[in-house]
Amino acid sequence: MAFYNKIIKKSIWVFHVSASPCNNCDIEILDLITPGYDIERFGIKLVGSVRHADVLLVTGIVSYKVAPRIKQLYEQAAKPIFVIGIGTCTAGGATFKTGYNAAGMPLEKIIPVNAYVTGCPPKPEAMIDGVLKLLGTLK
Amino acid sequence: MSKCRIPLGPFHPLLEEAEFFDIKVEGEKVVDIEMETGWMHRGHEKISETRSYTQSIFLVERICGICSTSHPFAAVHAMEDIDNVEIPERAQYIRIFIGEMERIHSHLLWLGLAGHFIGYDTLWMWTWKYREPVLQIFEKVSGNRNHYAMFRVGGVGRDFDNALIPEIHPVLDMLEKKMLMLAGAVKDDPVLWSRLKGVGVLTKEDAINYCANGPTARASGVDIDVRRDDGLEYDLINFDVIVLPNGDVYDKLVLRVLEIIESVKIARQCLDAFPKVGGEYLNKVKHISPGEGIGRYEAPRGEVFHYIRSDGSNRPLRHKVRAPSFSNIPTYKASCVGIPLADALITLAAVDPCYCCTERSIRVIDEDNKKLEHNLLTMSREKTANLKKVVAGSEKTPIDRIFED
Repeated sequence: MAFYNKIIKKSIWVFHVSASPCNNCDIEILDLITPGYDIERFGIKLVGSVRHADVLLVTGIVSYKVAPRIKQLYEQAAKPIFVIGIGTCTAGGATFKTGYNAAGMPLEKIIPVNAYVTGCPPKPEAMIDGVLKLLGTLK
Repeated sequence: MSKCRIPLGPFHPLLEEAEFFDIKVEGEKVVDIEMETGWMHRGHEKISETRSYTQSIFLVERICGICSTSHPFAAVHAMEDIDNVEIPERAQYIRIFIGEMERIHSHLLWLGLAGHFIGYDTLWMWTWKYREPVLQIFEKVSGNRNHYAMFRVGGVGRDFDNALIPEIHPVLDMLEKKMLMLAGAVKDDPVLWSRLKGVGVLTKEDAINYCANGPTARASGVDIDVRRDDGLEYDLINFDVIVLPNGDVYDKLVLRVLEIIESVKIARQCLDAFPKVGGEYLNKVKHISPGEGIGRYEAPRGEVFHYIRSDGSNRPLRHKVRAPSFSNIPTYKASCVGIPLADALITLAAVDPCYCCTERSIRVIDEDNKKLEHNLLTMSREKTANLKKVVAGSEKTPIDRIFED
């Protein structure tokens, strides 16, 4: 495990799931890979399949229709995988708290979560900080 | 040739949002397309009934993160429509400025994603690079990169700082220059030309029949724009509505580039007006009287429609939202059928669909494709009728006895 922790810090592959968000956190995540922020300089890269990913970024309140699929995605992922909830929605439901369609408030009701980056939406700098802080905890 | 079914989604690496397309193909040719939505449903309309009017504005802002000013714009129009509230002139200019800057960032976002979909990632990186200064302007003006929270009933929530004007002009100049460059580059590039020209054509008749609106309709030669047709704030501004005749993906791309240039011109007019128009920016509204109001606004994707019914309390009795993609998405049936599968994805993306905006209600339909609500109504009525027969034959109920007395 120590070897894995040493390696993963150098190249982190990220898979992004949108679980009924308002699109805002999603476009800020996409913003990260464009020239303004360019997270590839940290070795962070968005990948097309959860089976290749080291980190799962989940955005949005998880609605009842999405919840089983998120669970399935988590089960498909190669372990160990780190789950980061992006946005206040994953951490506490934000303004949709009183709604009838929020299944995951907070997200750890559905899948285990390692970190939350809150904000509506969180700034790209905050997201980079969140991922790097999480990796800083690995020994 | 036998038919084959290709499922796309709901969690597909190319699609930013969760949606499911069921594409039926014969060889390479798309013969039919169906889609399933509902993953993004969050129940805004119901939550809005539990919030005060001011809170509702922040709630509808979170319907969509990309066009997050259009929904509050239409919602405050609906609320002001009930009481015919006057809006201060400065507030009108601030509203237009925020709305047009949002149109610029939304269209740039689409241009980038369209480039990504056809495997032209250079276009993606470039347009998103130009988009970044726009978001920084938003951060300076409103305090947040997205979700600006500027709108209130009767005006705007915070004033525009005139000291920012010299910082914003260079960004607008840069955007105009780069967009003119992009418009030229798209015309000159043989790859883009052959990839987009004549692909996914939506004819004018189809656009009208499917009630398309916004850029989707304007690229097919239908001359509609709520900003011009409704007036309100936009009567203060001179601008042109851009209409292109062909209806293919190429025209939709060029239309959006030209609209960005037009939005830059509108934003400049606002910036010129800010030092001249001073005074109040919020006409405080303390009470909304009973009644109904409708509000419309031309979002980057088309016409947003909000309906609000008030009973005189501090919260809406009913809040109905119709987003532009709701009428744009069915045009897939006309534009996608008959084209090669490789072109289907860019055609799907060409209307700039926003599923977060669209998924306001879920309709349950039973196996025979009959409306289940109707059957439920019939069942409910039959049950009442049966009960009446039973009750009529038996002893009198307590309520009947009261009426006899």
